[in-house]
Amino acid sequence: MKKLMSEIKKLFLPVKKFFSGVFGAIGSFWVKHVRKALRKTGHALTHNPVIRSEHSRLILFSFIKIKVNRKRREAFYGIAFVMLWIIGYLVFTLYPMFYSFYLSFHEAYYSLENGVTSTYVGFQNYLNIFQSETLLPLFGAYIGKMLLAVPLIVVFSIMISVLINNPIRLKGFWRMVFFLPVVIASGPVISELADQGATTLPSLEDSALLLYVEENIGHWLATPMEAILTSMLQILWFAGIPILVFLAGLQKVDTSIYEAAAIDGASPWDRFWKITLPSINPLISVNIIYIVVAMSLFAEDGSILYLAKIHMLVGGPDSTFWHGYGYAAAIAWIYFFLMVIIMGIFIGLLSIKKKDR
Amino acid sequence: MEEKKMSQTKLRLKRFLFGMNFVDGFVYKLVVYVLLISFGYIYLYPVLYMAVTSVMSVDDLIDTGVKWVPTTIQISNYVRALEVLEIPKSIWETTSYVLKVSVCATASSAIIGYGFARFDFPLKKLMFVLMLATFILPSQVTMVANMLIYKNLNLMSTQASMILPAIFGQGLNAAIFILIFYQFFRAIPKVLMESAEVDGAGQMRIFLKIAMPLAIPSLIVVFLFSFVWYWNETYITSLYVGDTVTLPLKLQAFKASYETLFPAGTPGAELNEAILMAGNLLTIMPLLILYLFTQRYFVESIDRTGITG
Repeated sequence: MKKLMSEIKKLFLPVKKFFSGVFGAIGSFWVKHVRKALRKTGHALTHNPVIRSEHSRLILFSFIKIKVNRKRREAFYGIAFVMLWIIGYLVFTLYPMFYSFYLSFHEAYYSLENGVTSTYVGFQNYLNIFQSETLLPLFGAYIGKMLLAVPLIVVFSIMISVLINNPIRLKGFWRMVFFLPVVIASGPVISELADQGATTLPSLEDSALLLYVEENIGHWLATPMEAILTSMLQILWFAGIPILVFLAGLQKVDTSIYEAAAIDGASPWDRFWKITLPSINPLISVNIIYIVVAMSLFAEDGSILYLAKIHMLVGGPDSTFWHGYGYAAAIAWIYFFLMVIIMGIFIGLLSIKKKDR
Repeated sequence: MEEKKMSQTKLRLKRFLFGMNFVDGFVYKLVVYVLLISFGYIYLYPVLYMAVTSVMSVDDLIDTGVKWVPTTIQISNYVRALEVLEIPKSIWETTSYVLKVSVCATASSAIIGYGFARFDFPLKKLMFVLMLATFILPSQVTMVANMLIYKNLNLMSTQASMILPAIFGQGLNAAIFILIFYQFFRAIPKVLMESAEVDGAGQMRIFLKIAMPLAIPSLIVVFLFSFVWYWNETYITSLYVGDTVTLPLKLQAFKASYETLFPAGTPGAELNEAILMAGNLLTIMPLLILYLFTQRYFVESIDRTGITG
């Protein structure tokens, strides 16, 4: 037995040797070099002309004296943590924003040899967009679609969330079903589905209602209505997150309020309008912002954003189709302003309603 | 006696149908379930359609009588789609790319959210509002200038062009992620951090040793969301990184790559809807599997943003 143990020990001897060698080397390196360097930097930190700290004071260039108190230290650490975002915001958001705004007043092209060449054209890019035969109807269709689809999604998601909030079986399953589109919906998948006609409900598409609207009210309402009906499911798929938001809001409502109302004789119908809706009212505007952003930024083939990309990349300087970077920037800016205006309209409508009450 | 019994059964029936309070009665429940099932059907219709169509043979596709139950189950559609999408390889590539980006986005938004939540510094409110405002700013507004920046830095068509903004908290929907962390770190009692400070821990150590372990659920939520959103993003990805980086982008080019793989004229080579749908289903399959295992985190996510008060 003892023999076996010694055999095993012998077997592990090289391993032990290897590790002791490695750690010994690391240790001696640490003592000889790293510790020395650390000591030197420590010395340099306290004995240099640029920055040093003395008691509770930070001294810069030996004449600017900053008193370090708790508040200042906190501000320093706060900015240090947020620094990442500040740099990113300046480099990847603020500067590009100004630059693309500047470019939108220019005719700008990119070439490999001499970078960006831009000539000032004033409002020509914007005028071109308003005169464009392809873009202008698209902008109109976008506004129409938004104005019809956003209320639809809000109503739909309130309805679903109220339904799920009932004491029903398989609550988790229903939440999973209605959240599923958020996970799987990507541009190519949806456009394939739309090509196959899987995003329409066949009975909705060619209903008599649409014909009636077309004949009696006019084309302007019928076109966006048709667009919505043909992509009904695609639009409802944007309700995934709003449903969860409303559901989370509903679960925060105190059930004793409902009980008190029921005792006082309020019907379920009254309870919905008088308790449920007011309590989730603030969430409606949050959801409107989310829906407008999500729907606007969803780029399908043939949408405005898609065209902006094409205008930017495809074609050459001599083709009539290529309007360059400035044109694309102008499209993006108009789109952004429309988005903000649509959001403003909806949120304004909500607040007017609130004042009436 | 008989009459009393009658009225009693009537009352019982009424109780059963409408309950004490209408909302606990049978009729109400029936309506709720019917509505839920029909809305669920509408909602899942595209997915069901995709799944059923993907196993259909050509005859079934043409036959208008066949809608939901295919007469034969044709696996060869999937074999073709697998070949066109180069499945094992492209899933690996997509996953490794998306993992890199989403890990960066998660880490950076945790740091930034902690900074906003824990410390007070000048202009904090303004910065916070600007941060939230980036949510509604379309990336298309900044894309022109960003492209020029990347071109000057030689980052065009590399994954770094997506990873860099993610590291600096300007990635896809970064505002939401920062908000989630902000809400979470604000809810942790400050006393915890202060006691560590008194014991002599530096701010970095407090962040790594105290805040991070507490924030693991939020980290998971943010990571999952950024994973899914970066996976599904195609517009910016195809512009900055390349046209065939992720699986959805490969799906976009499905028709073209199908024709090069199975040129027209070879027997049985025509691209039909069944193969397209099989490709579609294969594209969403990885996310679907991920969702099945982690749906709890997705569904809980809304509470973590704290927008419900």
